[in-house]
Amino acid sequence: MNGWHGWLANVVAAGARGLAGATIRWLDCSPEPRQRVYFANHTSHLDFVVLWSALPHALRMQTRPVAAKDYWQSGLRRRLAVNVFRAILVERSAPADREEQLQSARRSLDRLLEALEHKESLIIFPEGTRGRGDEVGPFKSGLYYLWLKRPDVQFVPVYLANLNRVLPKGEVLPVPFISRVAFGPPLTPAENQSKELFLREARAALCALQQA
Amino acid sequence: MRFVVDRPMLWLVEGVVAGLIAASLVGFVLAQRAKSEAAQATVQNLNARIRAWWIMIGIFSIAMLIGPVGSLALFGFISFLALREYVSLIPTVPADHRTLFWSFFVFTPLQYWILAKQWYGVASIMIPVYAFLFVPIRLVLSGDTRGFLDRAARIHWGLMVCVYCISYAPALLILDIPGYRQQSAKLLLFLVMVVQLSDVFQYIWGKLLGKRKIAPLISPNKTWEGFVGGVLSASLLGMGLWWMTPFSPIEALGMSLVITLLGFFGGLIMSAIKRDRGVKDFGSIIEGHGGILDRVDSICFSAPVFFHLTRFFFLTHGKTP
Repeated sequence: MNGWHGWLANVVAAGARGLAGATIRWLDCSPEPRQRVYFANHTSHLDFVVLWSALPHALRMQTRPVAAKDYWQSGLRRRLAVNVFRAILVERSAPADREEQLQSARRSLDRLLEALEHKESLIIFPEGTRGRGDEVGPFKSGLYYLWLKRPDVQFVPVYLANLNRVLPKGEVLPVPFISRVAFGPPLTPAENQSKELFLREARAALCALQQA
Repeated sequence: MRFVVDRPMLWLVEGVVAGLIAASLVGFVLAQRAKSEAAQATVQNLNARIRAWWIMIGIFSIAMLIGPVGSLALFGFISFLALREYVSLIPTVPADHRTLFWSFFVFTPLQYWILAKQWYGVASIMIPVYAFLFVPIRLVLSGDTRGFLDRAARIHWGLMVCVYCISYAPALLILDIPGYRQQSAKLLLFLVMVVQLSDVFQYIWGKLLGKRKIAPLISPNKTWEGFVGGVLSASLLGMGLWWMTPFSPIEALGMSLVITLLGFFGGLIMSAIKRDRGVKDFGSIIEGHGGILDRVDSICFSAPVFFHLTRFFFLTHGKTP
């Protein structure tokens, strides 16, 4: 990321971080320059911007958010997400046809794996949709397949608190609540871990940061 | 509205800087001497507070030098940050969102803009009348009736304490006291100094002699010794500053007592809220002090009364306005 898009990304991030008054904590995890998948709870459109801005500058440049195509596809939003933050847009709508559904999921996974091939880190919201902020929803299985293909990458849980109050679902104007970004210790899954267990432990690691 | 930087004001600034240098030296010596872990922690916190004081006094001085607009902008920003710490701590529901937006981005700037225009009549009722009525109207439009009165009351209280009450500190600048023209900046300095010195002296006396807890259920660190010592030392110092005010020495002592006593209750009330919400500080923006609201809680309660007492007794030569 270079030129004025990089500059704009930093300005937008600084604005979002200032507005959301984010306090940032690294718990048993440090901002190292290594390849990671940051997975976070999802309650607000500000989530990926604030998480991205909470990273040190050098890490931001190698970290790409994963966002839903149906929301971020149009006009200005797309320009902001794709051009400025280099977001990877994935489909999340569930077509009726099971075969088509699998195809779409495979395509999304391929795009993420391609980014990982290029030594980039990812920001991902495994709930797949925005929750109300009181509880972390069940995880979609994409996170597991990502780990299955790339077990060498670190999976870091990130809990975002209060961002749902800054910009709740359905609101356009923000209220400057003080928010919190907590990075937790990377997952240490056993080899050949089952999908259910992997997702359950990933979700538990995220929930553990709720009270931190 | 204009004010001149005169001799007494410069003396005062020099006095404050001298005091800070002395405090920094004491902090340095204590840091060398502290042996036990507990003592070291206390001295570390003390030195963090002193460092923060340098920064706070630096920012305050720059705002004062810029003039009334600088002071109003600074206190407006303090109100904004205080309100933010307050609403982050209290429970709100999504249906409060738009009302909160109005509180932050309309009522807070409006209050300070009105003060900049010197419309005293409007400034004194904008929040108690217009915001008071607007908040429930906007809330009722949201359609969510659950906990309606609680929600409205919480927002009212935040606007009153964080915006309306704090705005009375820079409102001192628009007081046009006969024989004290263009000097009201010194009144603001007087208020801020007495209130903050009272906090500092309560802390020092409490650390030195504190034994009997004054409010163990609310704020276990506050003691009778700290309270009495702090209020008396700050009030005597306030009396010693009579020459920068329109008051006689005795009047300055009386005003200082009012300021320090109300400031004490401001701190106690904010502690009660924090205790109820299960936190120690409102934030972590100022090293060693906690949040903005932890630092200005005493101003919230003393500024409005100091303003009105001064206005009542000194603006009109004792006649009822």
